[in-house]
Amino acid sequence: MPTARDGNGKAPRNGDIVIDVEGLSKSFDGKQVVRDLALQVRRGQIYGFLGPNGSGKTTTLRMICGLLTPDGGRGTCLGYDILTERDEIKRHVGYMTQRFSLYQDLSILENLEFVARVHGLADPIGAARQAVLRLGLEGRERQLAGTLSGGWKQRLALGACILPKPDLLLLDEPTAGVDPKARREFWGEIHKLAADGMTVLVSTHYMDEAERCHELAYIAYGELLAQGTIPEVIAASQLTTYTVSGPDLNHLAETLLGMPGVDMVAPFGTSLHVAGRDAVALDRTMARIGEGAKLDWRLSSPTLEDVFIDLMSRSQDNFR
Amino acid sequence: MTSLAIRRWPGALSRTAAMFIKEFLQLRRDRLTFATMIFIPLVQLMLFGFAINTTPRHLPTAVLAYEDSDVGRSILAALRNTSYFDLVQVVRSEADMDHLMRSGRVLFGVEIPAGFERALRRGDRPALLIAADASDPVAAGTALGALDGVVGTALARDRGLPDTTDAVPAFEIRQHRRYNPAAVTSLNIVPGLLGVILTMTMLIFTALSVTREIERGTMESLLAMPIEPLEVMIGKITPYVVIGFIQAALILTFGALVFEVPIAGSLWLLAALSTLFIGANLAIGYSFSTIAQNQLQAIQMSFMFFLPNILLSGFMFPFAGMPRWAQFIGECLPLTHYIRIVRGIMLKGAGFSDLHAEALALLLLMLIAMTFAVRRFRRTLD
Ligand SMILES: Nc1ncnc2c1ncn2[C@@H]1O[C@H](COP(=O)(O)OP(=O)(O)OP(=O)(O)O)[C@@H](O)[C@H]1O
Ligand SMILES: [Mg+2]
Repeated sequence: MPTARDGNGKAPRNGDIVIDVEGLSKSFDGKQVVRDLALQVRRGQIYGFLGPNGSGKTTTLRMICGLLTPDGGRGTCLGYDILTERDEIKRHVGYMTQRFSLYQDLSILENLEFVARVHGLADPIGAARQAVLRLGLEGRERQLAGTLSGGWKQRLALGACILPKPDLLLLDEPTAGVDPKARREFWGEIHKLAADGMTVLVSTHYMDEAERCHELAYIAYGELLAQGTIPEVIAASQLTTYTVSGPDLNHLAETLLGMPGVDMVAPFGTSLHVAGRDAVALDRTMARIGEGAKLDWRLSSPTLEDVFIDLMSRSQDNFR
Repeated sequence: MTSLAIRRWPGALSRTAAMFIKEFLQLRRDRLTFATMIFIPLVQLMLFGFAINTTPRHLPTAVLAYEDSDVGRSILAALRNTSYFDLVQVVRSEADMDHLMRSGRVLFGVEIPAGFERALRRGDRPALLIAADASDPVAAGTALGALDGVVGTALARDRGLPDTTDAVPAFEIRQHRRYNPAAVTSLNIVPGLLGVILTMTMLIFTALSVTREIERGTMESLLAMPIEPLEVMIGKITPYVVIGFIQAALILTFGALVFEVPIAGSLWLLAALSTLFIGANLAIGYSFSTIAQNQLQAIQMSFMFFLPNILLSGFMFPFAGMPRWAQFIGECLPLTHYIRIVRGIMLKGAGFSDLHAEALALLLLMLIAMTFAVRRFRRTLD
């Protein structure tokens, strides 16, 4: 198997921790975009990176792969220092940018060949052809990348990232605009790669994708607010959630919002999710509301989305 | 240590080749640019070449005659017969003549002094004054060059004159080049044009190459890949060396066929030094590309650099006639050295031993630009 590793064959140091950064911070024009961020990702893990728009996900990924210099903090990526060993990091990391950044005026095959050559693969043309097959793009390999549909561009970009068989994949919203079937295939591929020892740090806005990750980090306004496996994140949120169904839920939602113990009300299909951190107060409120009304309400476990929306609203409060 | 360096080499080659192939493919796909690269030099050569280089004839000329004599008339007829001079106006005073020349309505003024014929018959060798507007030195130069024959032919049939021998002509033609005393001969133009055209096209093509990556958003991917700034530069520059070479060949071929400009010296030397010149301009354009924020800025910088190249390189004005500070700036421009090289090889048959200083200067300018560009090349998105 050809690897992208260069002559000195240095194995990543620091054992099983692939990404290990702490205190990372970055400001643009005096505005702090990432503050004091610490992140640890183990080998073979699929690590989800979530957070609202503008929260600093892309900035963090760029700092990890050496494209941006952090203002403060330190860390290693694949055992290489993110400040001083960027060249090594670039050799072993596949970074898929949020915005399509392959050459629009080159064909699919030419783009892939370019990547293969830059990484010094022994048979760049063969490698590119294999990647075309793997992507299911045979027959269109001569099409210019710029003329592909949005979803296919994403798949091509991912294919180009994986082509040199990197040790670490940094994917910035790789499935934005990709149809559900392709997304499922994409995640199947990611899990296969991870099983072979590739580590993946992937940013996403989709909850179903978050649930496919081994671990998650949630960042808002530059600060890491939650981290861990899904049960850990849910438990740490200390949210109590009720699912309410019945008539006139819109009206009910409005009444509920101002009541003690209620931090968040969100409609979910024909029911309402009511959540709060103060379990006692919420129980009391729900008991009062439920009395007499023709409502069906029961305690349920919070979903990841409940947790994230709660985190977001809280951090916004802190931010002001 | 050495084994590491050796093992790194194929990697560097492969990466540079990756860049080269990519650039070449993009270039080939951009049909308009490709066509431009072939046709611009030809169109420019035709425009400049014909506009500047065709021997200008029938130039408007004014006559100021202080006497009306047979000899005067035959001299004017002889002038007209050279077909360079069109006698369009007869003036009565020096001031009128000056006015006509200053306004550009005539390029030449012929002055026949009073008592010209009498002095001629006495064998006093009087002077016929011809003032030329040399602000168009090519026009002035060729026409004045034709004057030599005028003396003999004008008086050939007039037997009432004392014996004239070739050594002692019957009268003297006093030339006065006005406004620009240094004359540039037409043969100098095409070799100079070769340098000017190459400068312009080479500069612009590489000036756009890095800014294009930034504007199209491909820079982020490129920077995340394991490729060194030097490899990027060489890979980006090399395709254009080939293009520059094609342009040079086209210009030289047309120069020889259409304008009959000879190549007195070695074609191989010209090719080798042209490659150096092309490389220097590409490197300079590329270094602009690492400074400019966008493609428009890159174009503007190229033109800012192009202007002194035109004005101070000796292409337009004789280098020796420029003030010291302008000469100093001129020495820092690749075109200055290249024009000396091309004129030297094509017109004077100069060899490498005559030109090694110019070649060294080109090499130096190229290395400075490359070093600057490689250092300037951003390795991060900061
Ligand atoms: N080069 C830059 N110059 C100035 N500000 C920047 C720059 N890059 C990012 N920012 C700012 O930093 C903040 C974080 O941006 P970032 O792209 O990291 O967010 P994100 O979490 O990736 O958002 P999204 O989910 O929309 O992709 C934003 O407010 C953005 O405007
Ligand atoms: Mg982003």
